Amino acid sequence: MLFLPELSLLGTGLVFFFLSLGKPSSGKIKNIAISLSALTLVASLFCLRSEGNLFYSAYQVDLFSQIFKTLIALATLIVLIFSDRLAGVKEEIQAEYYLFLFMSVLGLMMLVSSVELLAIFVSLELSSFAVYIMVPMRNDSTTSGYQVEAGIKYLLFGVMATGLMLFGMSYIYGLTGSTQLAVIAEKLTQLYTQPAGVIAIVLVLAGFFYKLALFPLHFWVPDVYEGAANETTAFIAAVPKLAAVALLIRLVSLVSGEGEAIVNILIVCALLSMFYGNLSALIQKDVKRLLGFSGISHAGFVLVGLLTLQITGFSTAMYYIMGYVFMNLACFLVICSIADKGGNVAIADFTGLHKRAPLLALTLTVGLFALAGIPPFVGFTGKFLLLLGALRQGHLVLVILAAVNTAIAIYYYLSIVRVTFCTDTEDRGTIQSSGMNNALAVFLIVIMIVMGVAPSQFIEFASSAVQHVM
Amino acid sequence: MDQLLMNSGFPILSVLIFLPLAGALMLLLVKNESMCRYLALLMTGIVALLSIQLLAGFDRTTDKFQFVEKHNWIEAFNIQYIVGVDGISILLVILTTFIMPFCVLASWSYIKTRVQAFMICLLIMETAMIGVFVALDFVLFYVLWEAMLIPMYLLIGIWGGPRKIYASIKFFLYTLAGSILLLVGIIWLYVVNNYSFFIPDMMWQNYSLTAQIYLFLAFFLAFAIKVPMFPFHTWLPAAHVEAPTAGSVILASILLKMGTYGFLRFALPITPDATEVLMPYVLWLSIAGIIYGGLTALAQSDMKKLIAYSSVGHMGFVTLGIFVLNIDGIEGAILQMVNHGITTGALFLCVGMIYERTHSRELLSATGVGKYMPIYITFLAFFSLSSFGFPGTNSFVGEFKIIAGAFQFETALQKFPYLAMASIPGAVLAAAYMLRMLQKIIWGGTNNPDQSWITDLNSREIVTLAPFLFFVFWIGLGPQPFIDLMHTSVTQLLQQYDAHQAQALAAASAVLQ
Repeated sequence: MLFLPELSLLGTGLVFFFLSLGKPSSGKIKNIAISLSALTLVASLFCLRSEGNLFYSAYQVDLFSQIFKTLIALATLIVLIFSDRLAGVKEEIQAEYYLFLFMSVLGLMMLVSSVELLAIFVSLELSSFAVYIMVPMRNDSTTSGYQVEAGIKYLLFGVMATGLMLFGMSYIYGLTGSTQLAVIAEKLTQLYTQPAGVIAIVLVLAGFFYKLALFPLHFWVPDVYEGAANETTAFIAAVPKLAAVALLIRLVSLVSGEGEAIVNILIVCALLSMFYGNLSALIQKDVKRLLGFSGISHAGFVLVGLLTLQITGFSTAMYYIMGYVFMNLACFLVICSIADKGGNVAIADFTGLHKRAPLLALTLTVGLFALAGIPPFVGFTGKFLLLLGALRQGHLVLVILAAVNTAIAIYYYLSIVRVTFCTDTEDRGTIQSSGMNNALAVFLIVIMIVMGVAPSQFIEFASSAVQHVM
Repeated sequence: MDQLLMNSGFPILSVLIFLPLAGALMLLLVKNESMCRYLALLMTGIVALLSIQLLAGFDRTTDKFQFVEKHNWIEAFNIQYIVGVDGISILLVILTTFIMPFCVLASWSYIKTRVQAFMICLLIMETAMIGVFVALDFVLFYVLWEAMLIPMYLLIGIWGGPRKIYASIKFFLYTLAGSILLLVGIIWLYVVNNYSFFIPDMMWQNYSLTAQIYLFLAFFLAFAIKVPMFPFHTWLPAAHVEAPTAGSVILASILLKMGTYGFLRFALPITPDATEVLMPYVLWLSIAGIIYGGLTALAQSDMKKLIAYSSVGHMGFVTLGIFVLNIDGIEGAILQMVNHGITTGALFLCVGMIYERTHSRELLSATGVGKYMPIYITFLAFFSLSSFGFPGTNSFVGEFKIIAGAFQFETALQKFPYLAMASIPGAVLAAAYMLRMLQKIIWGGTNNPDQSWITDLNSREIVTLAPFLFFVFWIGLGPQPFIDLMHTSVTQLLQQYDAHQAQALAAASAVLQ
């Protein structure tokens, strides 16, 4: 019962394994994928309030993990709905593509429940390797081999990050003699003043910095975002980040008030992420690349919440990543809908979108303004609450520099809105968008506004979840 | 909470704020273009009528915030929805509600494409603008302050002129970048004020001088850009020129007032010590703005640009009035905010009307229309006279009070009349550039283009302009009711300011002894 969402995903994986043996039509596969993914979402909702331990306390089911599982299931479902054509992936390997996608989701779901170092490692690898394979599965005709380059880069950087993480885990085991997070937390309290303790924690965090695309482990982002199929990028940009934040919260909560050195390292990483991401995004022409860099800067913002080491900080970070996933998916929904035959989308391709597809243009604009942090959307509320939490802990310089970053970022978001709204169509045709897609777009707009205007419920929910971790 | 008079019964402020928003949502369902226009007019009209109710119930004898409504918003962070008006904000609220129906009227035939979206933007603007003037929670204020950038950006960016992309981006970036540090300041105030965002609680506290100066600079950057004060004014001409008529009117009449309102509401009471220290610089910047705005306006051949630069000069008078920190100055400044809203708004409407006919904003293509548009030039002449403060019109009263305030301005040692004298050339320049424009439009010269085909104002346009003219003369000839509205609040503001200075002085001398 505790394991229901994961079981449902395993079942889904098996279904696609058998489907991949035959030659099913792509329409059929798509429908099966969406329905099974919806089933997983239902299963996670059903298990939202369950609590317990599994596998000799290596696997913990509590409100925190269940919320993240639900979000992961929801985000996956959204990605699957708007990528229904799956134009970017070769027709004959679509069943395999879904198989790996669901395996990756399974890994991520296991990750958010893992409270033991080896369980964390195994689930992280399960989720990563599946994605390593998904990246080069892109249709050749839309690129000239970029996807292979992207896949290899993703793999190599990923393996490097895993190596760092394992090394850190070995330190932790050496220092504390345990792989259980609960035991480690207790024993580690005396060690934050020691360099070994600091190095160990930072190295373990590095593994998740990689997943979250945080400086200095962000190098894979632009090429992988550009090289992977639009649908794959949408998945990479949203779903793994949820799990990464969940684990970062679990790990950072190990650090007690003594860990000043670690907090300082996190501050530096957060600031460098923001500046690097925003400044690089300013000159991008390819929308996916741009969103990749913007993702790096948003990862920096999430870290601002984590480094407060407070429950409020953690819960706002959780709220922020929730919002981020919706904003990002809104943008990718539009990208996937307007991409001709699954090719990459340049900013110029949005020209006159407000005439060609008004609803999509509105969705994109709301998503971008939300990412830019303009009220009343969720991006503003999230950033505001994060900065508020950080200033409460006295990080004035961090808050000022983070605020300055918001001003930098607005330019590149606006440059997309500009072509969407302020230019007229030359000779581009209107865009057909399915009813399902439109409904999803409206849903995303509404949720971005509701989360922004009435964040109370979400924050309280998040903080009651975070309480299980502390 | 003793500075609040809670509202019981009809929640008038919330209705004023949310009715336009409800109208915007209703517009989403309307497909017919002329239905959209009528619905928008209806909503803004109802809001304007309701705001008279506000005026009727307003208690002129107290400086407390009235009609206050209070609800929890984000409890975990003690963020509340609190709204209320006092003597400083009530006139600006009324100004907003009254200008908006005319913005709808002015766009009746001017906007031909995407009418529905245009009206939605206008109504969302109205919600945000009223909200900014009545918000008593700093987060509420900031959210609305920033949120209005989006509809304004779209108004310029979609329905604007040929350089709309440049203008809209510049407007957005400039104002957003300016308010970023304001956000940090707000959070800082929250932390030092026991985790409260309630604005009146932040006032007249003894923050250290260094902190106040940083805070004042953060306020100043945000508000000075919005005003706009010289040298932060460069976004204004671009935005004004490219915006559609309704956008220009909203910008000139209401958006600019938010900056000066911010100075009065936040900078003076929250950072009084820093105000005392930095006041001279702000005053000289105001003078620079007055002179610079006048000289630049004199050189313009584009009518919208001319009025835009004249706004820089007029708003210089307003900031001058605020920072001389005496009763005449501040009352004159508030009155002048309203006057500028009426006069400049009307002038932009006039330019819009001529643009609809000639499709050019160039002064030269509109020369000599006086012969064919007698009604039009009557309106234009009165508004121009009002703009340079001709006696009998509204701006005369405002500018007179401001200059009177400036003459009373004294430094620690002596009276300092040079400030007032320095502003006089600005008033002369205003007459010069307005009369130059008027002369060209009415008579022109021997080589006027053929204007005989041009038609005079239709009844919709007359209805649009007439109320403005009414207020020009009402405030010009009988300003007392308007001054009464603000008098108690302004007196109280100054008393508290002086008390705070005396207290600071006493503390300083105690330290010396």
